[in-house]
Amino acid sequence: MTLPAIHIRDLRKTYVVSQQEAGAKAALKDLVHRRTQEVRAVDGISFDLAPGEIVGFLGPNGAGKTTTLKMLSGLLHPTAGEVTVLGHIPWKREKTFLRQITLVMGQRNQLVWDIPAIHSFELNRVIYRVLPEDYRRMLGELTELLDLEPLLHKPVRNLSLGERMKCEIAAALLHRPSIVFLDEPTIGLDVTMQRRIRAFITEYNRRFGATVLLTSHYMNDVEALCKRVVVIHHGRLVFDGDLSVLVQQFTEHKTIVVRLADCEADLKAYGEVVSCLDGQITLRVPKAETARVTGRLLADLPVIDLLIEDPPIEEVIERVFAQGNP
Amino acid sequence: MKGLAELYVQQFKTTMAMMFQYRASLLIWMIGHVLEPLVYLIVWSVVATTGGGSVGDYTKTQFAAYFIVLMLVNNVTYTWIMYEFEYRIRHGSLSFALLKPVHPIHSDIADNVSSKVLTLPFMLAIAAVLALIFHPALSPPLWAIALFIPALLLAFLVRFLLEWTLAQAAFWTTRVSAINQTYFVLLLFLSGQIAPLSLMPHPVRILADILPFRWMVGFPVELLLGRLTLTEALMGLGVQAAWVIIGLVLLRVVWRAGVRVYSAVGA
Repeated sequence: MTLPAIHIRDLRKTYVVSQQEAGAKAALKDLVHRRTQEVRAVDGISFDLAPGEIVGFLGPNGAGKTTTLKMLSGLLHPTAGEVTVLGHIPWKREKTFLRQITLVMGQRNQLVWDIPAIHSFELNRVIYRVLPEDYRRMLGELTELLDLEPLLHKPVRNLSLGERMKCEIAAALLHRPSIVFLDEPTIGLDVTMQRRIRAFITEYNRRFGATVLLTSHYMNDVEALCKRVVVIHHGRLVFDGDLSVLVQQFTEHKTIVVRLADCEADLKAYGEVVSCLDGQITLRVPKAETARVTGRLLADLPVIDLLIEDPPIEEVIERVFAQGNP
Repeated sequence: MKGLAELYVQQFKTTMAMMFQYRASLLIWMIGHVLEPLVYLIVWSVVATTGGGSVGDYTKTQFAAYFIVLMLVNNVTYTWIMYEFEYRIRHGSLSFALLKPVHPIHSDIADNVSSKVLTLPFMLAIAAVLALIFHPALSPPLWAIALFIPALLLAFLVRFLLEWTLAQAAFWTTRVSAINQTYFVLLLFLSGQIAPLSLMPHPVRILADILPFRWMVGFPVELLLGRLTLTEALMGLGVQAAWVIIGLVLLRVVWRAGVRVYSAVGA
């Protein structure tokens, strides 16, 4: 058995947050005695990642995803629990560890704002001590894969959000890290650019065998990239396994789309009518009754076409979050 | 070492590119650095004229020499790290610095030295123009000129290390501007920026000798003006070296504690 690239056992992070109430009286009281509250951002999670795996790390805002990524990359000190990345304890921030990882935060940027990205690339080259020939090759590959050629020599502030993100990702990967943490890398990007970044992540993982842990609120990202997902909610692990299993486990309904010759039909008796457009009716039925309802529909009505679908992944995830625990 | 040397060269190129982008603000910044000593120079010249040609042990032309040299020394030793650091912590860009396998101080030193090297020619030109106008009396002995160079470099190091350490206050409080204000007032009076320290009352001079401020600015200026004996100059260099060591120790201790706080409460 190979050693896991990332190993997390019973990981916890508790923040102490001071509480303030509105009003002068409360403010005075706070001066004397500041009231604090413990917030358990990460509350005992465990999972491993094998080398070369791409895993989607999901959860609603405030679930503890970013806190976990920061503990994995060494920015945060865990309150309790065990975490190793490539055998290193992240918060010690050893140079050999830092040279092998990267963290891309979709909402933050590391590129120097007012000057062309190539300067930041060159700085990272010397910071990570990348050999000149390796740098040239890597820059060449990244330029080709992300189509950076026209962007490298423009001041970063003049780039569009998508262009900037491509440069951010390139800057973060020039030292060819084997562990890649991506915190919402596609946030705010248009569909084409999202697809572009996704294709790139797949390619990077394939070419360099990198282990990737990715958070995203776009389920398209997750579906396209990750076979396995880890879902957390309120700092606790809710699901860890194949995306298809997650869909199975949390889906209680199927969607049946029927096209009828006679579109006046009332299908309320067969299931919940979600929409009715141009003779195309969408029904939602409990999973267990799918076969029976389909049979009845085909027997009773002049059906032209019929389609059975799983609900969209967004809906499944919403259910997971709403439920908290399976 | 080779890796660090490359980092410094690359940071120099980056800083140059940035300064080229910020030409206007750079100009305003330089004007500020010229105006402040110029105002003191004019004020003290007027005081000297009305006081029968001199104040204490300074004549009008010696004041001119003092403040022109001070302007250059201040330009070389000045840092902006306290504002920079607060910004980095507030906007989270420090996180990126912590992810890099190099201590962030190296980029800061390199950036600082680069911008000094790039602005120095302009400051020297301005000093030359001021010299034509104010006729400074400056005739130091050769040994003073020779010792001025290490004194200036040590002054830069003392100031850089202590201000970099002080900047870490941003790890603990969001109100660093109060700390900065206090610091700058002390610096203004005790470094010799507002007036030569020899014009200050005796207790202030003792305080200035004990605290680090004089060793950041005033000492190299006094040295180049030929106001120190050789013994005083050598002792001064020793005090500066001691402050560099104190600065290094403080920086290490405070930085470690600061990062611990940062990684405990959320980066």
